[in-house]
Amino acid sequence: MDDKPLAIVLFSGTDDKLNVAAVMASGAAALGRPVHIFLQYWGLDAFRADRIKNDHGLAAEAGAEGKAAVDALRAEGQAPWYETLAMAKELGGVEIQACSLSMDLLRITEDDLDPLVDGTEGVTAFYIAVGDGQILFI
Amino acid sequence: MSETIHTTVDAKGLSCPMPIVKTAQAVKGVPAGELIEILATDPGSVKDFAAWTRSTGNAIVEQSEDAGVYRFVIKRA
Repeated sequence: MDDKPLAIVLFSGTDDKLNVAAVMASGAAALGRPVHIFLQYWGLDAFRADRIKNDHGLAAEAGAEGKAAVDALRAEGQAPWYETLAMAKELGGVEIQACSLSMDLLRITEDDLDPLVDGTEGVTAFYIAVGDGQILFI
Repeated sequence: MSETIHTTVDAKGLSCPMPIVKTAQAVKGVPAGELIEILATDPGSVKDFAAWTRSTGNAIVEQSEDAGVYRFVIKRA
């Protein structure tokens, strides 16, 4: 398990799921495992430079109670997901790629993305990068 | 244990994954054989540090808990 790559296909764009992706990535990076994040659809949209720090809302299942819980944890000083991801990248071994199909969908270019994103790739390059690693879909 | 602590990581009040992430960051600046001390309040950190040290080859040389604050002393491999 020590250096088995972890790939996260990040499709969702709500703050709760983005945070979970950041936490899963950080844990793997802290163990020295290579991490590869593949941004799709609304996950990719959340990484746009002009909106990355916006409120991306929560999954519908959170409801009002869920939102209150999330807000309380944030008020206690929990870092936002993009900061957690930045810290994971500092540990080394974390690569974040935009799905080229999703770039077409959103009609954006790499200039529109936050510097956290390292580049664009298609599904084939993604699978090669993952090798025999684990794939998580969020 | 009379060896001095090289670096202290204060992770009190931080929840998963911060105690481990901050330790992984700090460990980079600690020479082999030196000690790093971590203070955490997250109860999950107990198992996390056991797993992390096992996996990375660093060793927990001291571990204690006092009034909800966990203290780990880890020897850098």
